[in-house]
Amino acid sequence: MAYDRVMRRILPISVEHWTRALTRWDAFAILLVLGLLVFFAQASHGVLDPLSELQRAPLSLAPSQLPGYAARTTLRMLVALAFSLLFTFTYATLAAKSRRAELLLVPLLDILQSVPILGFISVTIVFFMSLAPGRVLGAEFAAIFAIFTSQAWNMAFSFYQSLRTVPAELVEASRVFRLSPWMAFWRVEVPFAMPQLIWNMMMSMSGSWFFVVASEAISVGNTTVLLPGMGSYIALAIEHKSLAAVAWAIGTMLIVILLYDALLFRPLVAWADRFRFEQQAGVPPARSWVLNMLRRSGVVALMTRPAAALWRRSYQPRRLGKTQASTPPNPARRRFIDVAWTALLALAVMAALVQVWRFIALGLSVADIGQACLMGLATLARIVVLISLASAIWVPIGVWVGTRPRATRVVQPIAQFLAAFPANLLFPIVVSAIVAGGLNPNIWLSPLMILGTQWYILFNVIAGAAAIPSELRDCCTNLQVRGWLWWRTTALPGVFPYYVTGAITASGGSWNASIVAEVASWGDQHLEAYGLGAYIARATQAGDFHRIVLGIAVMSLFVVMINRGLWRPLYRYAERNFRLE
Amino acid sequence: MDTAAPLLEVHSIRKAFPKPDGSQLLVLDDLNLELAEGQIVGLLGRSGSGKSTLLRLIAGLARPTAGTITYLGRPVLAPAPGIAMVFQSFALFPWMTVLENVQLGLEALGLPQAEIRRRALAAIDLIGLDGYESAYPRELSGGMRQRVGFARALVVHPNILLMDEPFSALDVLTAETLRTDFLDLWGEGKLPIKGVILVTHNIEEAVLMCDRILVFSTNPGHIISEIKVDLPQPRNRLDPKFRDLVERIYVAMTARPLASVPAAEKFRTIGIDAMLPRVSANLISGLIEAVAGVPYNGRADLPVIASALQMEVDDLFPVAETLQMLRLADIEGGDIALTDVGKQFAEADMDGRKQLFQRQLIAHVSLAAHIRRVLQDRASHTAPKSRFLDELEDHMDTESAQSTLRAVIGWARFAEAFAYDDQSETFSLENPA
Repeated sequence: MAYDRVMRRILPISVEHWTRALTRWDAFAILLVLGLLVFFAQASHGVLDPLSELQRAPLSLAPSQLPGYAARTTLRMLVALAFSLLFTFTYATLAAKSRRAELLLVPLLDILQSVPILGFISVTIVFFMSLAPGRVLGAEFAAIFAIFTSQAWNMAFSFYQSLRTVPAELVEASRVFRLSPWMAFWRVEVPFAMPQLIWNMMMSMSGSWFFVVASEAISVGNTTVLLPGMGSYIALAIEHKSLAAVAWAIGTMLIVILLYDALLFRPLVAWADRFRFEQQAGVPPARSWVLNMLRRSGVVALMTRPAAALWRRSYQPRRLGKTQASTPPNPARRRFIDVAWTALLALAVMAALVQVWRFIALGLSVADIGQACLMGLATLARIVVLISLASAIWVPIGVWVGTRPRATRVVQPIAQFLAAFPANLLFPIVVSAIVAGGLNPNIWLSPLMILGTQWYILFNVIAGAAAIPSELRDCCTNLQVRGWLWWRTTALPGVFPYYVTGAITASGGSWNASIVAEVASWGDQHLEAYGLGAYIARATQAGDFHRIVLGIAVMSLFVVMINRGLWRPLYRYAERNFRLE
Repeated sequence: MDTAAPLLEVHSIRKAFPKPDGSQLLVLDDLNLELAEGQIVGLLGRSGSGKSTLLRLIAGLARPTAGTITYLGRPVLAPAPGIAMVFQSFALFPWMTVLENVQLGLEALGLPQAEIRRRALAAIDLIGLDGYESAYPRELSGGMRQRVGFARALVVHPNILLMDEPFSALDVLTAETLRTDFLDLWGEGKLPIKGVILVTHNIEEAVLMCDRILVFSTNPGHIISEIKVDLPQPRNRLDPKFRDLVERIYVAMTARPLASVPAAEKFRTIGIDAMLPRVSANLISGLIEAVAGVPYNGRADLPVIASALQMEVDDLFPVAETLQMLRLADIEGGDIALTDVGKQFAEADMDGRKQLFQRQLIAHVSLAAHIRRVLQDRASHTAPKSRFLDELEDHMDTESAQSTLRAVIGWARFAEAFAYDDQSETFSLENPA
């Protein structure tokens, strides 16, 4: 009897389903798969065309074109995501498995995380265009690479950290039962890392909608490319001062993000639920109708079965005799290799330093560096003011919402959605208002920087407030702790670790956003604020690579210093003193 | 049976871990062990006695610093086929169903799918997991989870089954059921295994299950006594012979390092280089009260009081040792007896207890006295934690140093001997009043 139950799970197809021919789940699944194929075919159409084709068939502001543009934009996201996953599985694995590689790869990742992504585009586009000269493909590569840089680093970091924290007993079990490294990777390590990785993927994707929009309309010096997509559509709308077109674009983006969530992330999260290692009770499992559909469909099972079998074959040990470990390495030799490796790294760093110095020194003076730093301070001041303002507004609101479960259920998804929504689509509305009102761009352009990133503060604070144990709240009620005393002793300490997480994300995002927020135009009118973002943006437009590199370097330096000097200590402090466990 | 070569031979094993100061921390020293076919050998000892380390060496998960381990005549250098393990924390993969967990070891062997399924279902059937094949571990109770752990180990048909405290994460009743089921299957010859090594800190469990018990001592881990258990299975806990054996093992385990040292040294003050156990002041008071109360009236048999308080060796011994260290009690021959100070402590009120405790702490725990002296000598009467941590790390690894410092902070707080502020990580003489 028990045997039957098991067989149902293991046969290549589910027997009952098969006799009933097709179920409605099959119908849905087939439609979905076909739709996906059509989507890929249409979206990738024209990628291999020569660049001149883009000029010949210029973009149009007709709303009927929007689904096509949205498809192109989405495809770029997906391709970048695939590359990010590939990067994650290789880079992070190497960093986690090799002590020597770790020495280099982890700090490198840490720095890469701090480099403003939008700065990358201008530097890399020339390189990518040269890969496929005169073709749209080159520009596509550059855009995809920019999106990739906005996703890959934190995914790789999360995966690396997961690999380092696989519970010792699971590692031991997989060794005692003699799983090959390849099998252990896919059956033990990847599943363990999966929930965290998917969460980071979601966060990355939220952020990268912003960059996909920014990276489609690229202009570096004389090279101007408008790749068909939402970003170019918006750029065109700005040029034509068409608020209606902006509204259409915003509406389309809303739908795209909702679809993306329903078709990709909700199923992924629901699927990853089984990989949760902590087996806490009371948390309802995530559900997704798409996943249910795929799971119940006999056709999908039939199609995936051979692939799964093939995959399982790869687990089989190549050489059965290989059970003896190699002899432990000679410590003297090991030390020698360590020293050689460190020396090699030091040499490479020196070479890079000389290279960078030469590059900057060739076209730049000390005054340039001073100017870039001053502008960095201006941008820093903006970000500090904005984060403080946003905190003053969203922390009380977040706590209010988070302590009310009904409000949380309504507001939390909206806040997360707003964080994912590319705020640069909204810029034209604000900019047109500034132009119309003749306002000072130095002040009024600033809020754009935090338009998209403030939501991270809100939804983290909501999560934090919701996580304050109800017993603690009851205790406060019981002791009549109210008003400011309640905020000081309960609410603020309770949400503090979450707030810090949100503020770190918001501040990092704002630096990036400054490159597109400090310079704005509406039709033929250009606004510019004094700041490092504007500096980089202007250098990009002028094709001045020396100043681009200088601007990026200075901004990275600022971000690294703030991360090390402020956020990291604050985060540790919060983790140590305010974690409610 | 005796004529055959042993399944497993462990010869002169040493295992040392490097300490931060470059010296070596010896956890196992000159250890010998033999496992013959048809035997269950128990490794019994307190936590930290290196018995789990030994098990991991046998499993091929780590390599000894010196010595050899031979399995069926071949040295063990990596996890060997034919040696399977059951883990204390079950170590099930939460993302795999019961069946997938059980199949894992067979898949790693690269067997054909049909064979894998047949053997996995047979193991599931044998261990009493019928009907749970498609359940995920999170849906199961602790007992059922450990059954999966057993099925997963047995399915690869190992010659040797290693068990690392397999029942200690379970409640008493579940553990007993699982033990009995295992012994029944073993006795009936239904298990596809030839020998078992069981690591445990539960004395009764060892006597109940094993044919031979090796009693471990700490610092460094070595075998202090080997006890043969001839009682026929199934064994009865209330059988006087069973009780005798339990008592004998208690005596053996309390013999060192506490009682067999020369009398002058027995009550020697613990130097500042000694690791201190994390025992709360509540537990100390609790045990003193229990021993002082009826029916023990100041002297109790350790096994008796352990079972009365439902404490295992690992819970009870550190408390008893702390009492001995503070000279609140004396431990000898498996008995615990309160000293005069201990009796005073039992009768005193809270303030009196704190005063007594402070006196004993400063007098007999050098680290406490040392910290207090440093605080008194300094004009500010404060000192950073790192001041003492660095000192301790000359003698032990960072983790033990942290834990030792934590222990002494806990006692000092109860004794109001000195204060510690975790925010600023500073010690001070004055309690904030």
